[in-house]
Amino acid sequence: MVLSNQEIKDRLERVLLSVEKPGRYVGGEYNQVVKPWDSVQTRMALLFPDIYDIGFPNLGLAILYEALNNRADTLAERAFCPWIDMEATMRQNGIPLYSLESKHALAEFDILGITLPYETLYTNALNALDLAGIPLHTADRDETHPLVIAGGQSCYNPEPMAPFIDAFVIGEGEEIIHEIIAAHQAWKASGASRQALLVQLASIWGVYIPSFYQPQYYADGTIQAIQPIHAAAPKRIRKRIVAKLPKPPTRLLVPSINIVHNRISVEIMRGCTRGCRFCHAGMVNRPVRERPVEEIVNAIEKAAEQTGFEEIALLSLSSSDYTKISELVSQVSQRFNQRHLKTSLPSLRIESFSIDLMEMLKDSRAGGFTLAPEAASDHMRSIINKPIASQQLLDTVRSIYSRGWTTIKLYFMIGHPSETLEDLQAIADLCKAVINEGRKAIGRRSKLNVGVSTFVPKPHTPFQWVATDRPAQIQEKQALLRRELREPGIKYNWTDPNATLFESWLSRGDRRTAEVIELAWRAGARFDAWDEHFNFTTWQAAFAQAGLDPDFYSHRQRGLDEIFPWDHIDPGVRKSFIKQDYQWSLEGKTRADCREQCYSCGILPVFANLRSENPGESWRCPEVSAPASDPAMQENQS
Amino acid sequence: MIRVRFTYAKTEDLRYTSNLDVHRVWERALRRAKLPLAYSQGFNPQPRINQACPLPLGITSSCEILEAWFEEDLPLDQISCALTPSLPSGFKLLDISPIDMQAARVQTLVLSSSYRAQLLDTVNTEDLRHSIQLLLEAETLPMNRRGKHYDLRPLIENLSLETDENGKAQIRMRLSAREGATGRPEEVLKALGLDPSLARQERVELQLKEE
Repeated sequence: MVLSNQEIKDRLERVLLSVEKPGRYVGGEYNQVVKPWDSVQTRMALLFPDIYDIGFPNLGLAILYEALNNRADTLAERAFCPWIDMEATMRQNGIPLYSLESKHALAEFDILGITLPYETLYTNALNALDLAGIPLHTADRDETHPLVIAGGQSCYNPEPMAPFIDAFVIGEGEEIIHEIIAAHQAWKASGASRQALLVQLASIWGVYIPSFYQPQYYADGTIQAIQPIHAAAPKRIRKRIVAKLPKPPTRLLVPSINIVHNRISVEIMRGCTRGCRFCHAGMVNRPVRERPVEEIVNAIEKAAEQTGFEEIALLSLSSSDYTKISELVSQVSQRFNQRHLKTSLPSLRIESFSIDLMEMLKDSRAGGFTLAPEAASDHMRSIINKPIASQQLLDTVRSIYSRGWTTIKLYFMIGHPSETLEDLQAIADLCKAVINEGRKAIGRRSKLNVGVSTFVPKPHTPFQWVATDRPAQIQEKQALLRRELREPGIKYNWTDPNATLFESWLSRGDRRTAEVIELAWRAGARFDAWDEHFNFTTWQAAFAQAGLDPDFYSHRQRGLDEIFPWDHIDPGVRKSFIKQDYQWSLEGKTRADCREQCYSCGILPVFANLRSENPGESWRCPEVSAPASDPAMQENQS
Repeated sequence: MIRVRFTYAKTEDLRYTSNLDVHRVWERALRRAKLPLAYSQGFNPQPRINQACPLPLGITSSCEILEAWFEEDLPLDQISCALTPSLPSGFKLLDISPIDMQAARVQTLVLSSSYRAQLLDTVNTEDLRHSIQLLLEAETLPMNRRGKHYDLRPLIENLSLETDENGKAQIRMRLSAREGATGRPEEVLKALGLDPSLARQERVELQLKEE
């Protein structure tokens, strides 16, 4: 028997003061929407499977929350994972995972939507299902259970979570969510079986029903084929996109406790034209679509009025590439600097113009100046397709230091394919040259923070074929940097090689890794993104128990013609293009920004209809004249 | 510039918001209300807001006091009209009054703080009355809070037991709340052998020094 929301409230009152930061578990924030439970047809719970502090500011969550609650026939409420102490307390007191708004058990909702932005949340998602009393496997759910759907960037390879999710949303959620609600309402009225609902959902562009597919494997463990086993299932699932970005959400929730980001986030642009070969976001979020300056500024104005937040974040994968960035930043600073609103502007290009932009913003010198060269040698820069001259970097940092910043943060990545010790030495040399510039400009006050992460190959990117470095290699490289960067003024940070390995197992996992995730969770794995909770041995044991070799997923160089577990998921960019880009990287051949020249990655033919309906500046792809048909829909339904 | 004192209730879910966070909740509410909040001078200007007396986490209150400075000389009713819809649902504005700009900081005026604790479970009231008696008769009450030793007894000005209309036990207490000598109600409950997390605690009055 599921507890009523009143019973949950009563039990909570008795336990909340015994846990750390109880404000995480009560809701009641300004702008929260609480609708009468019985006043709507569809109740959807939005679960971000991490703690409140981290999940709360997620923009995808804010978008869906506002869009769903704007419908008169639907309510949406939020849920997050309880921290370790609260989980124990909930289990002890028989409190199921509940929504923050009305405190209803998640099992009472019609639909449970889980955000899966990265692999480290997989065990948390299982834990949340278990705490909610919802059967873990889609096969064990019936008409009395919520429909469990998932979306987010890591769903471009949905296979590791396939047995646990009824339906995945591949791509962007703003429009498809309404189609899913409509299908659910029609199904609920019909009284048909759960299977009938899945069949309905399978016909929606962008929905992937994993139980309608069956992977077959060769003896060596690679994929032979992933076949639809249901008549309603399309052969490939093309990602969903919105042709025009809808207006940004502005009635943002305002937390009553301190969380990771307390700010108004506005997405100024989606996608990226740069084509860095390691970058998952850059490949799967094409095409580039920009919001008009006026729409962004108006949204900030409205959100500032409705939230009272003290900070603004202009979000995109590459701020400098927003066409009217100068106009945008100057308008934002003119309107909001006087009102004590700070603005953050991430992902700036390495050039002096970026300093001009930052200077327009309030208090920008307080936080340090961040740049991400990723690599330091020309050899490596052409492999990863992020060409930038060291001289230009040095010129830029010199001006940054002399124009009032004392701290510069540089981000690099190691472990790229064909990396040599020379490439690493180049990182160290470059960092030393940077701090030298700082000393020349402002003396010993100059600081340099160097963050070095380790590359993990991601699905649908030109590096999806390559092996992740082995821990010993990573350690050797990190040791070299640690040795070389022992300099006054330089602070060096690196990633735990085991964490890299773990991410690597899951990011290119297949459906068999689902069992590993479940076994690891049963053995206590959760909060795997937290150093103090991640347990490497638990995962190794889970692989062993499932009879799988973790190295097969992380350290194996794939054959060029191998079928990948995610090949039936279509991000719009063609595999042949990605393969060519990989081959170019082996030849050290770079590809310019695709706004300068279209390289036919596949997006334009696939979404030609959408492009021709939305001509002009908002897309950064070339214009198309009237296309013959709508291939986006055609292939999906074949 | 004007200085204004707000008296407000802190209820519902906001009782789980700490003092530091309450500060931010107020800051944002005042900004939503578009009131011309004054900022401190200097390199890192901060909004000029002062809370009278910290309230322990989990306790509701019907008597919180906060002072704010505004750049413009606005009528008080205009301030309260703007503010009321901008407050989160756990805050309720009870009173607003003007304060002399030169008056001492409100934190320095607080003398003591009264609390009511309603026990969620039924207890033997005779036993409880006896415990209270013993506690009041004690000369000292050595306590240890997060490794710090102190004497709770001199901080207790008043302690009594009442039963409400439903026959539920209610403990009332007045504790010292001077700077550096502040009694915490949950420490008193612990000293009585009660589990503070099983009591609904409310601050009902702040006694201020006559200005």
